[in-house]
Amino acid sequence: MSEGIGARVLRKEDKRFITGKGRYTDDIIEANQAYAAFVRSPHAHARIVSVDASAALAMEGVETVLMGPELVADGIGNIICGWGVTSKDGSPMNMGAWSALATEKVRYVGDAVAIVVADSKALAKSAAEAVVVEYEELPVVVGSVEALAEGAPQLHENAPGNLIFDWEIGDLAPTDAALASAAHVTEMDITNNRLAPNPMEPRSAIATFNEAEDHYTLYTTSQNPHVARLVLSAFYNVAPEHKLRVIAPDVGGGFGSKIYIYPEEIACLWAAMKCGRSVKWTSDRTEAFLTDAHGRDHVSTAKIGFDKDGKIVGLKVNTKANLGAYMSLFSSAVPTYLYATLLSGQYDIANIYCDVQAVYTNTVPVDAYRGAGRPEACYLIERLMETAAREMGVDPAALRAKNFVKSFPHQTPVIMAYDSGDFDANLKQAQEAADVAGFAARKAEAASRGKLRGLGYSNYIEACGIAPSAAVGSLGAGVGLWESAEVRVNPVGTIEILTGSHSHGQGHETTFAQIVAERFDLPTENIQIVHGDTDKVQFGMGTYGSRSGAVGMSAIVKAMDKVEAKVKKIAAHVLEAGEDDIVIEGGAVKVAGTDKQMLWHEVGLAAYTAHNIPEGMEPGLKESAFYDPTNFTFPAGCYICEVEVDPETGVTEVVQFVASDDFGTIINPMIVEGQVHGGIAQGIGQAMLENVVYDEMGQQLSASYMDYTMPRADDLPNYSVHHASTVCPGNPLGMKGCGEAGAIGSPPAVINAITDAIGNNNLAMPATPAAVWAALQDVQSKIAAE
Amino acid sequence: MKIAMTVNGKSVSRDVPDNTLLVEYIRDHLRLTGTHVGCDTSQCGACVVHVDGRAMKSCTMLAASASGAQVTTVEGLATSKDELHPMQVAFKENHGLQCGFCTPGMIMTATDMVARYQGQGKELTEEAIRHELEGNICRCTGYHNIVKSIVDGASKMTTA
Repeated sequence: MSEGIGARVLRKEDKRFITGKGRYTDDIIEANQAYAAFVRSPHAHARIVSVDASAALAMEGVETVLMGPELVADGIGNIICGWGVTSKDGSPMNMGAWSALATEKVRYVGDAVAIVVADSKALAKSAAEAVVVEYEELPVVVGSVEALAEGAPQLHENAPGNLIFDWEIGDLAPTDAALASAAHVTEMDITNNRLAPNPMEPRSAIATFNEAEDHYTLYTTSQNPHVARLVLSAFYNVAPEHKLRVIAPDVGGGFGSKIYIYPEEIACLWAAMKCGRSVKWTSDRTEAFLTDAHGRDHVSTAKIGFDKDGKIVGLKVNTKANLGAYMSLFSSAVPTYLYATLLSGQYDIANIYCDVQAVYTNTVPVDAYRGAGRPEACYLIERLMETAAREMGVDPAALRAKNFVKSFPHQTPVIMAYDSGDFDANLKQAQEAADVAGFAARKAEAASRGKLRGLGYSNYIEACGIAPSAAVGSLGAGVGLWESAEVRVNPVGTIEILTGSHSHGQGHETTFAQIVAERFDLPTENIQIVHGDTDKVQFGMGTYGSRSGAVGMSAIVKAMDKVEAKVKKIAAHVLEAGEDDIVIEGGAVKVAGTDKQMLWHEVGLAAYTAHNIPEGMEPGLKESAFYDPTNFTFPAGCYICEVEVDPETGVTEVVQFVASDDFGTIINPMIVEGQVHGGIAQGIGQAMLENVVYDEMGQQLSASYMDYTMPRADDLPNYSVHHASTVCPGNPLGMKGCGEAGAIGSPPAVINAITDAIGNNNLAMPATPAAVWAALQDVQSKIAAE
Repeated sequence: MKIAMTVNGKSVSRDVPDNTLLVEYIRDHLRLTGTHVGCDTSQCGACVVHVDGRAMKSCTMLAASASGAQVTTVEGLATSKDELHPMQVAFKENHGLQCGFCTPGMIMTATDMVARYQGQGKELTEEAIRHELEGNICRCTGYHNIVKSIVDGASKMTTA
């Protein structure tokens, strides 16, 4: 069986995971390792009056207790947001200072005040509890709307009114005019609930300082170790870049939350230098809820207008985005360039305007979580479309199809230029797979059992493969978003691929090997993928935004182009043929149409012995490449969800979930389906189960698995996953990306299905039984009143 | 205190603090790091091992309570380096794992589940599998392929 592009190759990385031989950060032990625990604020907003660590320091086995003022005095820089967003009035965003250890104020429950280093984990935790911090409590605000209100508690002096930026996109006047002229306007208040990412592996870090070499090593749970090294050195001043090695070994899921450089990594590196021992910290689960960047938390109002024929004439949106107590690394980009640029959905909309107020609150910082801005956009437009169809009394699928973008490239009014797609094909495929024609009969049958059955659509589009560096630079990004790769053919013909992408569940060790196997017609077992270590791989931007295929693999293709050219030159020279006549197939490099050939490994050997290579050619067979994308890629698709609601209890069951996706070229369908399954599970989780809840004092009420409803096996259905693909014209393999689509497309499909079942469009996520039951009572009391 | 038990067929003994959890004994003292810790509340099941033949959450049990017990961790499941347990094979063949962090606990729960149902002569339906997985959380797979893996693993264990 071929192991190339399109083959369902079983994963090369699985054996170590199924036998317990994975190597995650917490599995690693350094010589003379000490353990860190953090003293964290129990208050959401308070002034630090005093800190007394004497009792902790007196405990036997406690190495040190270090605090914010000393960190600042040592020149460790503040944590920054790396994407500048400019307000409507041209002013830059108001970024408040975020020290890895608080100096004067704490701004959310969990804000780190001190790091305690001790001989054991248990001792470090006990000692952290023995540190006495006196606080002067300050008024607290947790919601974005409340934080913008007059008289709200102020978090940062340089962000008056807690406003980080007030940003806009699109044209206001034409949009207002279009809505004024519309035959029908649907208006909705739409909240996108706050989520905790919850990769199953908690964050962890081990920092080592080698005094003799003046060199640091950091093992960390990162999706992008090179970005971590860059930021830790260039901005946080922890160590110069050439004196810092960052290794992200096996990482147990990320979903965005492991992109960022957190206070704990900075503090561990600094503490390792201060006390001359390796310092290890591993988060517990409650600590993860209190410190891992959250996702979503948008409060929006939206209006969409249609002409008398059902064509969309305009869309106007206002969004208040809660960014928490501090600006995390990419936090500003999520509710702006990753959100409002996708508000056109799959539709041809001439006029769009959106403004976004980003707000500080006394909550955990909010940043990218699986989908990052696109789920918020998709949820908004897809709930609007479904609700509008119901209000106008037309078929929701037909209303969507009438407004589909049908020719490409298509320039939206909100920056994006969609390059390819066939939205009708995805809709039809999903409708057939979901047997939409048979829905009425299923609904009637459910009714005979006392159940309310509903069906909901979501026709999503998103943007992946982030992104052309010059373009994102012009929008405020502080980094380029290319990817790098190195292809090393060894003298024996085996191949190592060094990539700046990072695999934390995505199966790169398999899929990356497949594209090499395809290109050089070799078995994947001869190909090794190397990633996650800044000493091995020169540079990389890491894995997020479904960019490893469209960007990471494209860099490998570029490097393979160079290797292939050199292989052909060597073979042509040795075989005394023209380069154009050389073909690579079946583990050999051949002169086409003849029996003259070199085995693949013979070419490798020839390159390294250099006894007989073309004059002037450098020995060796190793090429590297940087690939900068030419555009975003635009995965799209149609999801159809069917639910049954028990009207007595509000208990809702997802009885069918169908996905038809367009991901462009698919390297390994098995892995792609797995990505879709996981994404849909997180989307159903958001729609029905998950919610980060704060009380008015800023205490997180949902900070454990006893309180935050993680989707479990019996909450979820089997998924029916299909593909109707168009090739992406923007990259060499034609790939679009599949990592986030499930989480982006599914929430509106679920809510549209439930609202269809209960006959009430006014339902917020998560649609818990209590929420569904209450929405149903509203309908019934209205019916009774009439 | 000195705590002795049999882990993966080997007698082991370590002097550890009284409050050492079984998972700490396994991970930190025996250095068997296939057993993971994913939460603080006995919810996620990443730490599941077999104690005297029953699946247990090793984060919720003192090492002292397992004194003298027969403990099997994911490292001890395969009969040899080259011969994996049928459930391990099933997880690989059905893409029942992504990041791999919950996987050891899933596999240990799955083998226990199958053995119990087969021992009692009960049918292990998909619905029963989903119900039995209540104590194991996966954030990557959406459970679809885990359920498929366990169905397949159960059938492989019958024929093995």
